[in-house]
Amino acid sequence: MVPILFHVEQVRRETADTLTLTLKPAEGGTTLRFTPGQFNMLYRLGLGEVPISISGDPSRPDRLVHTLRAVGTVTKGLASLRPGEAVGVRGPFGAGWPMEAARGKDVVVVAGGIGLAPLRPAIYHLLARRHDYGRVVLLYGARTPGDLLYRRELERWRGRFDVDVLVTVDRGDAGWRGHVGVVTTLFTRAFFDADDCVAMVCGPEVMMRFTVAELKARGIPDDRIYLSMERNMKCALGFCGHCQFGPVFVCKDGPVFRYDRIKAFFGKREI
Amino acid sequence: METESLVRLLREHPFLQGLSEEHLQTLASCAANVRFEAGQWVLREGEEARRFYLLRSGRIAIEVYVPGRGPVPMQTIGEGEVLGWSWLVLPYRWHFDARAMQLTRAISLDAECLRARSEQDHELGYELLKRFVPVILQRLQAARLQLLDVYRANG
Ligand SMILES: Cc1cc2nc3c(=O)[nH]c(=O)nc-3n(C[C@H](O)[C@H](O)[C@H](O)COP(=O)(O)OP(=O)(O)OC[C@H]3O[C@@H](n4cnc5c(N)ncnc54)[C@H](O)[C@@H]3O)c2cc1C
Ligand code: FES
Repeated sequence: MVPILFHVEQVRRETADTLTLTLKPAEGGTTLRFTPGQFNMLYRLGLGEVPISISGDPSRPDRLVHTLRAVGTVTKGLASLRPGEAVGVRGPFGAGWPMEAARGKDVVVVAGGIGLAPLRPAIYHLLARRHDYGRVVLLYGARTPGDLLYRRELERWRGRFDVDVLVTVDRGDAGWRGHVGVVTTLFTRAFFDADDCVAMVCGPEVMMRFTVAELKARGIPDDRIYLSMERNMKCALGFCGHCQFGPVFVCKDGPVFRYDRIKAFFGKREI
Repeated sequence: METESLVRLLREHPFLQGLSEEHLQTLASCAANVRFEAGQWVLREGEEARRFYLLRSGRIAIEVYVPGRGPVPMQTIGEGEVLGWSWLVLPYRWHFDARAMQLTRAISLDAECLRARSEQDHELGYELLKRFVPVILQRLQAARLQLLDVYRANG
């Protein structure tokens, strides 16, 4: 599968090391339809290719949106792109969030750090079809107030009466009036029906481990908890084995997994 | 405030869920209704821990003063939560500062009164400990997770 050429339409700085790229197909190219939770392989010409989740609105496939954090060679290369420059895109890949399975149920979305990016399409979906779901609760934790993604959007969602948005930071600063504490401390303020709810979780693995423990303590069964896993990738097609995670491949079986299907090896060392 | 309405507020507080009427009455005899304005200190590091608080509304920041950086908030707590357990353990001194971030309503429980009642009625002491230990454990785990700094790049 060869990359399709896209052009950068807009670059938006989110935090000191994170930005959101809006891409549009190069002349004559087609738009990419995707489901919430899927990712693309973004190819920075001359540098290489990395998996990045789609963070845009699934009902607006004309705007292909990715939020990325510049951590290494390729992501830094992507972060230096200017409007008009070219990017190669392969995708979309993978199994996304269980938007169908969650219909009619309460939905608890738990995001840590950049983990909000792959969850944002799910949130767009939930809000666009608000009547199809029960309560919607978003719990979001970041390192500091300056590390919060999509701040304006969070404020807008918080202003709605039909979604509970709880935000916390690990480290507050003088100007911060919100919650301080890790994301799991938000659960005491979150109201949902544990017997009839689906949880969607994305963040660093340690954060997800603690979150799963909290969700279980609240009575949510393993088969109602979904996690998005990250593993290094090469082919993204289930051929090369780079992304193997226990017996599964993150690229084609995931990145979103139901917890009961991966719990035997989730959190185990060296997997 | 009338004991009756204090008993009602105590009964409604999640921290005391399941406590017997008799014990609620005992707690009410050690309780008072309090409010803190935004910015007001609730407790100060090093001072004697004379009471604890069941929060009814508002938000309180638990802070540590770091020279050169000023007050650093470690955690915020709010409605339905409990503030303070240093009153349980000698030498009964606060280890942190706590400050109201907004108008906060709480029930204050007098430590000396409660310790005396618990000495007389160990069952009450046990019921209280059963409620405090999970909170302490939860805060310990949260503090450890915070220490790991999981969102740091290249972490
Ligand atoms: C399914 C999937 C979805 C993803 N979605 C996103 C996304 O939406 N946004 C995004 O920014 N990233 C996302 N990632 C992570 C992204 O793919 C990696 O950050 C990227 O591959 C790093 O490549 P690099 O060449 O920039 O860094 P490298 O040169 O490969 O690594 C540089 C340094 O960064 C560290 N590093 C690598 N990956 C990460 C990471 N994920 N977090 C922290 N440190 C890391 C390495 O250990 C190394 O020290 C996703 C990964 C997967 C598997
Ligand atoms: S990346 Fe090659 S098998 Fe998943």
